[in-house]
Amino acid sequence: MSEPVSFLGGRVAEGAVTVRDAGLRGMITLRGDLAATKVKNVVKKITGQAIPAQRKASVAEGRGAVWMSPDELLLLVPYAEAEEAVATMAKALKGVHHLAVNVSDARAHITVEGTGAAEVMAKNAPVDFSSAAFGAGDFRRSRVGQVAAAFWKDEAGAFHVVSFRSVGDYVFDLLRVSAEAGPVGALS
Amino acid sequence: MLTLQCPYCGVNAEETELTAGGEAHLKRETVGSSDDDFEGYLFMRENPKGVHFERWRHSYGCGKWFLAARDTNTLEVFGTYSAQSKEPPKELRDKISAKRPGWSWREFK
Ligand SMILES: [Zn+2]
Repeated sequence: MSEPVSFLGGRVAEGAVTVRDAGLRGMITLRGDLAATKVKNVVKKITGQAIPAQRKASVAEGRGAVWMSPDELLLLVPYAEAEEAVATMAKALKGVHHLAVNVSDARAHITVEGTGAAEVMAKNAPVDFSSAAFGAGDFRRSRVGQVAAAFWKDEAGAFHVVSFRSVGDYVFDLLRVSAEAGPVGALS
Repeated sequence: MLTLQCPYCGVNAEETELTAGGEAHLKRETVGSSDDDFEGYLFMRENPKGVHFERWRHSYGCGKWFLAARDTNTLEVFGTYSAQSKEPPKELRDKISAKRPGWSWREFK
């Protein structure tokens, strides 16, 4: 079996705002009735988190659940556990209409850290990134430049950007160049 | 710039996050329809200067289709509502009436 590698092999662009290939991450798309007890229970079991509220991300220590739409979650687990988590879900949700797919290898996960990270994001997505409008635990699906992306802000103020792996290189460079260009002062 | 609030995720999505889906509330003519009705379903569309109802998709967001009412002349948005609606909600129609007295659009007014 081949060795799994993340989309840019862990590339880092350091600076006042650091852009980082956050490495391999287990990601599972779960669609179904998010109000169903069995769904709630299995999400809790796998991620340690309750179903997040609308446009929220509940992530702690590499595990979590983020709200993708009224009937879709993205579950985060350590990379090596994704297959097992899908099997656990198939068992727990037997007879419950749902879809659970391991999409870990179809995704790129990038972090944007440092003072001014919000401005780097704001240069590329049509979203209000002022701290009043987008705080820790807030989540959005939108676009970054010309491609679809999802992002949330963690407690430390870093942004986590998830895109398709095939365009990860583009997203990384877009964020890197935006970081290198320095702040504009719009969000300070 | 057009900004519509997606009724499914609550996001005030600006135009580049959205995909336009044409006229809302089309009735599909199918087996048993007359040729004229089928032609109308395929080709005949409203083209108002003023109140209009459209389908939009929050394609870069939650991915859901929804419906929107706006003024094609001023770009004022009156509201958005669920794609499962057979007709514009009364509340929305009342709101439009307050702003554009005497408006009508197809069979709605
Ligand atoms: Zn939406």
